[in-house]
Amino acid sequence: MTDLILILVATVLVNNFLLVRFLGLCPFLGVSRNLEAAFGMSLATAFVLTLSSAVSYLLHEYLLVPLDLEYLRTISFILVIAASVQFTEIMVRRLSPLLHEVLGIYIPLIATNCAVLGVALLNVQEAKGFAQSVFFGFGASAGFALVLVMFAAVREKLISADIPLPFRGTAIALVTAGIMSLAFMGFSGMARP
Amino acid sequence: MWISFATAVATITGIALAAGLLLGFISRRLPGHSEDLVEQVNELLPQTQCAQCGYPGCRPYAAAIVDDGAAINLCPPGGDETVRRLAALLDREPLPVAGSLSPASANNVAVIDESLCIGCSWCREACPVDAITGAHHFMHTVIASECTGCELCVARCPVDCIGMAAAR
Repeated sequence: MTDLILILVATVLVNNFLLVRFLGLCPFLGVSRNLEAAFGMSLATAFVLTLSSAVSYLLHEYLLVPLDLEYLRTISFILVIAASVQFTEIMVRRLSPLLHEVLGIYIPLIATNCAVLGVALLNVQEAKGFAQSVFFGFGASAGFALVLVMFAAVREKLISADIPLPFRGTAIALVTAGIMSLAFMGFSGMARP
Repeated sequence: MWISFATAVATITGIALAAGLLLGFISRRLPGHSEDLVEQVNELLPQTQCAQCGYPGCRPYAAAIVDDGAAINLCPPGGDETVRRLAALLDREPLPVAGSLSPASANNVAVIDESLCIGCSWCREACPVDAITGAHHFMHTVIASECTGCELCVARCPVDCIGMAAAR
């Protein structure tokens, strides 16, 4: 139990996928313009990440390893991720058409979110168990959500700030991301990855 | 060597096939409460997005019909045919089309007075059914067979050169 909580803390804060491992930066910059879209994107990503890390663990453990096909894991994980993204899209469209209108174009983008594939591959590389894999995926998405929502909130405030001309737009966003990353470095050493 | 090759191909194919079948099954079987009805109503509307019904577009109007009980006869581009189909689908009384315009206007088309047109292309952008043609800075004209008579272009013209006329 303690090690599961440790995994959560480690992935959310210490080894945050966005700010420490620098995975999944495209949605980080693309969907952080307003808070509402950031919330929705975090939820959808959390769902996809947890689902795909569980499925890809099972796939690797009970299909690829027995058949001696570990070298196929990247392509089969991509298949799993694409399928779970499609599954999420169907669920969101049926359950909340409003969220689907807000997120519509972003949901397929989760498939290209490198953090999703990164989590699946790291799970296998570090030879975790099933529960650890699911918690690792969930922690990664929780960390992703935390940072994405914080960053979107900062960017919403930045719109009304008086920023020097050369820094406007993406430049100040990247500076902000860098400062947030520095702040997250403060967590390193709190727990082992 | 060939056996391991075949296993690899079969495995990937199997994963893809399983994922595809599962997704197809889910999207067929998942119950979609009132959503399906809104979708069906939306199918029947002409998709001109002209907003003459008072809603921002066809889908919001479909949602209003299903959820808020909006009248089914507010769609002039669809005409009596659409009202009849909606009435059949929703089991309501068919009513004559009563849009924001006069009843006869469903048969009207927009006409551009080409001698006055300055080629600003605003009317072309306003047209929900792409019935206005013409390049920027050149004269524009209305494709009468495509025009639904929604009058959205009339207000947009900066030189007031668009009028309505009975369709031939």
